[in-house]
Amino acid sequence: MKKTTRTAMIGAFLAASLAFSAQAGGMNTELVIDTDNGPVKIITHVKNPPKGSPLSELYSGWVFRSKETQALETDDFDNPGMIFVEQARDAWNTPDGTVGKSCADCHGDPSSMKGLRTVLPRWDAKLGKLMTLEDYVNESRVKYMGAKPWKYGGGQLTAMVALISMQSRGMPVNVKTDGPVRKFWELGKKLYYTRVGQLDMACSNCHEDNYGKYIRADHLSQGQINGFPAYRLKNAKLNSVHGRFKGCMKNIRATPYKVGSDEFKALELYVASRGNGLSVEAPSVRN
Amino acid sequence: MAKIKPRVKVPRSVKAGEFFTVKTLINHKMESGQRKDKKTGKKIPRKIINFFEASFNGTPVFTADIQPAVSSNPFFQFSMKVDGPGKLAFKWVDDDGSVYETAKPIKIG
Repeated sequence: MKKTTRTAMIGAFLAASLAFSAQAGGMNTELVIDTDNGPVKIITHVKNPPKGSPLSELYSGWVFRSKETQALETDDFDNPGMIFVEQARDAWNTPDGTVGKSCADCHGDPSSMKGLRTVLPRWDAKLGKLMTLEDYVNESRVKYMGAKPWKYGGGQLTAMVALISMQSRGMPVNVKTDGPVRKFWELGKKLYYTRVGQLDMACSNCHEDNYGKYIRADHLSQGQINGFPAYRLKNAKLNSVHGRFKGCMKNIRATPYKVGSDEFKALELYVASRGNGLSVEAPSVRN
Repeated sequence: MAKIKPRVKVPRSVKAGEFFTVKTLINHKMESGQRKDKKTGKKIPRKIINFFEASFNGTPVFTADIQPAVSSNPFFQFSMKVDGPGKLAFKWVDDDGSVYETAKPIKIG
């Protein structure tokens, strides 16, 4: 009897230490979103990531969430993030600033922004700096509308980023990592692998070494940002990429960089490049 | 507060006598009346959607009395069946007396 128990225990132990890919076999990676323009297929699993990727397979954060949370994202009507997207659509059509123009006056329908999200952050040769989607929105507001820039990571800007990102839904992320952005990418990579804070942890300790496992009640994902801005059930609003970075750094008891800082932009570029091949999923639903 | 825009989703076409799902959502703050203004310490007055009704060709098919514990942006989903085509009308009643309305045609196909 004793022997059988021990054998069973060893069996259980072995099963628990099996590679994640084996577990993923039982995980749902099929995501088709029912949108106003018909169904959109989302790539949530990349079997052969681009060369140079530190990960053997890529998974969207959607794969790691519970069945109920996943279901919220399968229909735009059920996706609570869409409330904020609708608000952004109103803002898109509303003139603001001294020039009296709205986004729509120059750009027409938001669908003209299709594909933009997949390549951001990118180097802008004209402006001579690394630009995120947030930067582009504020650049337009200041330069062409004579309006005040929105707060980086604030509700209005994040909702607008969600509206613009949504136009690229289903398209694979494809940010550039060479050329002038290389130095930012290197900085982002350095930040990703540097241990910080009282818990002395780097991004990679959770999201590269241990994804798929539980850290207490949290199911660790790969930390992909293809779904951002993400609606989180925890705070019932859209969350920006930088807001999430800040939250992660607080969790490991480090002093976070500022939202909208060069460090976070570099990290955003690096993390986005780790997800090259996954579909843009914004606005996603997470717990 | 953002403009209040009710949203409704019904199937493009339904079969007579067969159940189908209707989803409704309205963006509303649903101020419970229990919160205090952090600066003044005064209670924020209650302002919620207190009643929801869906009616098919004038006959109510689903009604709900809503209480302050219902969260913001109330979402209602229900199933119904019809014998023929018609108009499904929706009505939300606010504490301040405003009524938000929308309607969807139900097609048999």
